[in-house]
Amino acid sequence: MKITGAEIFIECLKKEGVKHMFGYPGGVVLNIFDRLHDEKDLQLILTRHEQGAVHAADGYARATGKPGVVLVTSGPGATNTVTGIATAYMDSIPMVIFTGQVPTLLIGNDAFQEADIVGITRPCTKHNFLVKDVEDLAQVIKEAFHIAMAGRPGPVLIDLPKDVTTHKAEFVYPESVKLRSYNPTYEGNKYMIKQAAEMVAHAKRPVIVAGGGVVLSGASKELKEFAEYADLPVTMTLMGLGGFPGSHRLSLGMLGMHGTFYANKSIQESDLLIAIGMRFDDRVTGKIDAFAPHAKIIHIDIDPTSIRKNVRVDIPIVGDVKKVLTVLNKVMKEEVKEQWVEVRKAWAKQLDAWRKERPMTYDRDSEVIKPQYVVEKIYELTKGDAIIATEVGQNQMWAAQFFKYDKPRTWLSSGGLGTMGYGFPAAIGAQLAFPNKLVIDIAGDGSIQMNIQELATAVINKLPVKVAILNNRYLGMVRQWQELFFQERYAHTKLDDTVPDFVKIAEAYNAVGLRATKKSEVEPVLKEAFSIKRPVFMDFVTDWHEKVYPMVPAGAAIDNMLFYEETKKSEKKLKAVK
Amino acid sequence: MRHTISVLVENKFGVLSRISGLFSGRGYNIESLSVNETTDPQVSVMTIVTTGDDWIIEQITKQLNKLIDVIKVVDMTELDHVEREMVLIKVSPRQEDKAEVLRLAEIFRGRVVDSSQKTYTIEITGEEKKIEAIVELLRPMGIKEFVRTGKIAIAREGIKKS
Repeated sequence: MKITGAEIFIECLKKEGVKHMFGYPGGVVLNIFDRLHDEKDLQLILTRHEQGAVHAADGYARATGKPGVVLVTSGPGATNTVTGIATAYMDSIPMVIFTGQVPTLLIGNDAFQEADIVGITRPCTKHNFLVKDVEDLAQVIKEAFHIAMAGRPGPVLIDLPKDVTTHKAEFVYPESVKLRSYNPTYEGNKYMIKQAAEMVAHAKRPVIVAGGGVVLSGASKELKEFAEYADLPVTMTLMGLGGFPGSHRLSLGMLGMHGTFYANKSIQESDLLIAIGMRFDDRVTGKIDAFAPHAKIIHIDIDPTSIRKNVRVDIPIVGDVKKVLTVLNKVMKEEVKEQWVEVRKAWAKQLDAWRKERPMTYDRDSEVIKPQYVVEKIYELTKGDAIIATEVGQNQMWAAQFFKYDKPRTWLSSGGLGTMGYGFPAAIGAQLAFPNKLVIDIAGDGSIQMNIQELATAVINKLPVKVAILNNRYLGMVRQWQELFFQERYAHTKLDDTVPDFVKIAEAYNAVGLRATKKSEVEPVLKEAFSIKRPVFMDFVTDWHEKVYPMVPAGAAIDNMLFYEETKKSEKKLKAVK
Repeated sequence: MRHTISVLVENKFGVLSRISGLFSGRGYNIESLSVNETTDPQVSVMTIVTTGDDWIIEQITKQLNKLIDVIKVVDMTELDHVEREMVLIKVSPRQEDKAEVLRLAEIFRGRVVDSSQKTYTIEITGEEKKIEAIVELLRPMGIKEFVRTGKIAIAREGIKKS
């Protein structure tokens, strides 16, 4: 029996096991929305903006590991997804985005609500399709889900002209996909792995740098086994948080521009860097010529283009992180002599000395609410058992520094693109996937206003997301740079009186609004918020002058850090650097 | 260094823009590009001439391979191979130079494919250096118009460059 394109679309999603998607209706996708109206097993969450839909699907994907699905209309509906797609692309998040398109005969005519979304998203999707014939629809959807998840994951977009959704075809869903042009390498080269194992065994000052690839490939267990067996300290990139337990004795926390002193120091002094599922982003390496000057580098990544892109590599291993680590662990145990115990003791002693020399700190005695205090309190009260989403800027860095992520997929943050407005919809997506988990968006007063309309989505769908707004009345991270590098000229970063009353906003949306203006109010506000089974905005009026430390000035070597304790001295030093 | 890269791609619409977008988006340079269908109508071959040091060329070939529609990437520069370009040159020589133009065309194994009272159009095929040489020689005679194809390349059978 022949069925319509709209029906084929729904059948395909069911076959892919999709339960939830996010979207926004419009003219050319009406046929699909009409079919969805009667569906019970396939729920579409209506967001209040298409960007919110994509970020929500992204948060859903990061929290679950399954591809996020989005359905929007043509033209503005499609172009509104672009920031969300680029965000997912930079962080390798699997998603399938369906955009409506004007009927095939009108394509290229500047028709009403027409946009060449396949052209627009070509550089920010892993792949994209325009379906011109309903006969191809099922095959294309199958391929899209396959491509989104295979190898290094990423967003895939399918453009659906209106007539494709109404035309009929026989529905046959392909069992499997075979693309002659796309066959990622999953198994690492055994010879290289053996070499790597030897190198690890002989290294005196080794460090693991774990990236988002560890989380994406589900290799946390294998990484822990590897680190513990060979007694290897682990530092994580922003995307790698949760890939290795932050509270583990071997954890050095995050590295890079706002990394810990001991993580950055360990890199600079190390003789072997084991880079796993990371890509040497400029926020990680700082000045590239001065990065890890004494280290040999083993680089494990599924994407060959990540290897030897920014840094020289001694042992490249292309493959899936989980598969490579499984083999590496076996080789370590069976083929390499355990000879590192003594040398590791000396290295551990050195790392501990650095930990003591410069621990993560802030002014804990302050009566004004310090944003770091709020994050620490959230950690303390939740005991780390929560999914944390963040916006972008100071809030993101403090959330990365002062909360220890012990499990993968509990940290949702826009790392590569750095998208303000990401966290709140992402938290909504994660909450939909895990209705009984505590999901918290750590936000700033600037970022939260970028997708604040999604509060309606949270309220109507009874998704009890908690938003902790670190309200400093500034676009804080940019203000920090202006303070340090632009002689305190705060061009367009002072929001001040224009920051709305977040408590009233929450109430206007029929959510709950709470406020803390004194340090003593922080804990009660958090406790109350966590006890309420509804969305809550918490407005923490924090010290506007607070900055994120440590900090590596852009373009400096990563051990050239400015520190909290010596803010004044640091600033002098900074002038000398300039 | 200059590299000639041969890229086998799925013959689907938009594939050329995926490739050219990759080059422009990552700041690589395309010096010449030619695209044609192969004996299999579902597959096209693109010959791209680009420049860069070893790091850049390695990235270019890896990035090309990463595109979903790319089936195979071969850096011809690493192989013993044959390269050809074709040029069509319309010359309008003075009366006294006409014989010289025809003589040059013959030396370069070119053909006159069109002639008028004032002009000759000459077709010449060959390697880049040969094309450049004939252009230089004809220039003083008065080149009126000039079109040149991108480079195409094919590997020689059974020989690997050491």
